Amino acid sequence: MPLIDYAGRVLDDPWRFLADDEALPERGPIAVSLARWRAERKTLLRHDGPLGLALKGHESAEHAAGDLEQFGLITLEFPKFTDGRAYSTARLLRERHGYAGELRAVGAVLRDQLQFLKRCGFDSFVLADEVALGEIARALKEITVVYQHAADGPRWTAERSLGDHAGPGDSAISKAYRAN
Amino acid sequence: MYRYTDQDRQLVRERVEQFRDQVRRRLSGALSEEEFKPLRLMNGLYLQLHAYMLRVAIPYGTLSSLQLRKLAHIARRYDKGYGHFTTRQNLQFNWPTLEDTPDILAELAEVDMHAIQTSGNCIRNVTADHFAGAAAGEIEDPRIWCEIIRQWSTLHPEFSFLPRKFKIAVSATEQDRAALRVHDIGVKLRRDDTGAIGFEVMVGGGQGRTPVLAKTIRPFLPAERLLSYLEAILRVYNLLGRRDNLYKSRIKILVDSVGPEEFTRMVEEEWRQIPHDRVDLPAEEVERIRAHFAPPRFEHLSERDPGFELYRRCDHGFARWVRANVAWHKQCGYAIASLSLKPHGGIPGDATAEQMDAVADLADRYSFGEIRVTHEQNLALVHVRRRDLYELWKALVALELATPNIGLATDIIACPGLDYCSLANARSIPVAQRISTALQNIDRLGQIGELKIKISGCINACGHHHVGHIGILGVDKKGEEFYQITLGGSADEQAALGEIIGPAFSSERVVWAVETIIDTYLKLRVPEERFLDTYRRLGLNPFKETLYAAH
Repeated sequence: MPLIDYAGRVLDDPWRFLADDEALPERGPIAVSLARWRAERKTLLRHDGPLGLALKGHESAEHAAGDLEQFGLITLEFPKFTDGRAYSTARLLRERHGYAGELRAVGAVLRDQLQFLKRCGFDSFVLADEVALGEIARALKEITVVYQHAADGPRWTAERSLGDHAGPGDSAISKAYRAN
Repeated sequence: MYRYTDQDRQLVRERVEQFRDQVRRRLSGALSEEEFKPLRLMNGLYLQLHAYMLRVAIPYGTLSSLQLRKLAHIARRYDKGYGHFTTRQNLQFNWPTLEDTPDILAELAEVDMHAIQTSGNCIRNVTADHFAGAAAGEIEDPRIWCEIIRQWSTLHPEFSFLPRKFKIAVSATEQDRAALRVHDIGVKLRRDDTGAIGFEVMVGGGQGRTPVLAKTIRPFLPAERLLSYLEAILRVYNLLGRRDNLYKSRIKILVDSVGPEEFTRMVEEEWRQIPHDRVDLPAEEVERIRAHFAPPRFEHLSERDPGFELYRRCDHGFARWVRANVAWHKQCGYAIASLSLKPHGGIPGDATAEQMDAVADLADRYSFGEIRVTHEQNLALVHVRRRDLYELWKALVALELATPNIGLATDIIACPGLDYCSLANARSIPVAQRISTALQNIDRLGQIGELKIKISGCINACGHHHVGHIGILGVDKKGEEFYQITLGGSADEQAALGEIIGPAFSSERVVWAVETIIDTYLKLRVPEERFLDTYRRLGLNPFKETLYAAH
């Protein structure tokens, strides 16, 4: 399945994912495992091109927290689609550690997770199965009401219409009240 | 009670359409059963032994008469004319078809109901004291906070694929009717020295094959910080809970493996780093929800009603029902009436569509149109004028909902067991029926006094056997149903786990065993002593001796 962003667009993936024993290319965007990043940090920092980090399901946000400004891409792996650790990892990367680069969901990623992923701060994903693009667009619009704060901003009930979050302190809050 | 806003309604409707599409994709083969399973479970749809089962959420056990009528309608139209109230204050329909479930959910949405998160590895439907809003000594109505938790946990993007299911219960009185200590999280409203309200937070309780009582990890959490604190607990669990072994994946195992002190430290550390103001509701939003739980317009009545007193003196049956099934109300002149779903020889928790409709009518007439579902699988009308109790009782007698056995030996909790459930090792319902038939002498029931018998058909403990005064667990021994008995469990404010008394009994002998335990208690008790207190005073031995003497 191709790489897709949350506008439902198919993206050309500029990133090259290197195996741990694979030679570094001369230039261009590369992504490496946490193990390789730790072992070859100095060499990688000299690489001519953007760096990406591929975190496994058991690797936490704290493992990368000190180096986040180095990465233009972080991928979080879903070993099984029922393994929900990466949702927490994503929120921590975005909300606590201020990671601002691309956050990509890979592995066992299914259509029915897309809205949750988006709310936790992912902005691209590689689906495990073939799904028509129209279907993806539909999946992203299924639920338009949210009840809780997450990486995408809205704080709580009265602010809970997706696509309508103006952030904390918004006067829409009191408006929503009066409407009730 | 809480009334949906347009947005609440919109979410539930969107959820119905989302599920309709998931069912369509399952039926077309686009979704495998493996992929569909967690999706249907998050909408309360199980695949049981003989059919699908749909578990409808009754948040914190509160129903309006309109909602109960809708459940009756669904029972008639899509099921076999009845429903089963569960120990999680929910309602299960046992015979829907997969194709019908989206329509059933659409019908539920019409009355602001759903089946969201009644199953699956997510935050389940939140439960509460079933006498909330009526119980004496309440700090405030715990359902305010239940509704806040309900909204926050609904389709939570971070916590929808947890290591395992997650159950939260809320209570607001010293007396614990919500079994807080056997929940993943139990929160109890209390006041601190300054009079501010907050929660005692208990974590890591649960039943199943490793029963554990929850530990208090915070004696006082300011009430307005509830959601951020829950988020901290859930995040620690989501990241660190085991996912490699189904039987070790509940939060209780995590708390136990790192130790309660270390777990507490991790939660506090996480909580400190959460921006509370973004997660917790602003005061005005709490007030908006609180306003929905304002007390109904009680009349100013005197505590004594001459008619009520007269009927109680003259009508022995009424007096007995009042004694067993009516509880004190905090409002002068009102009472809480429990409707027993445990007719002697009947199926615990089942109600027919006709009974549901009739109870809805009675709720409209006598209790502000509101019905409660208890975790002990009964119903309650919690705001009844004392002067109406006699008429209510007569109506309930006609409906077979007036068995005077609340809290007594025949008020048995039983899981669906092998009659329905694909996980069960043994039948629970027929055992409950046989015990309740054997113990049905009303005078004797009164003599025995408070006695909670709880039956599970397998180690998953849906029938709460670990916390039964007498707990009964169905086990499979070489293809034959056997029943292991525990004594001394309790789910209240003095929570305790039962102890296994000895080798299991055959299905034939289990009723005899229960009767023998009761006889032993009656012989050994001091005046006014409850079964549980006799057990606590004397331990297992005297019961063991009489039970196994012949062997």
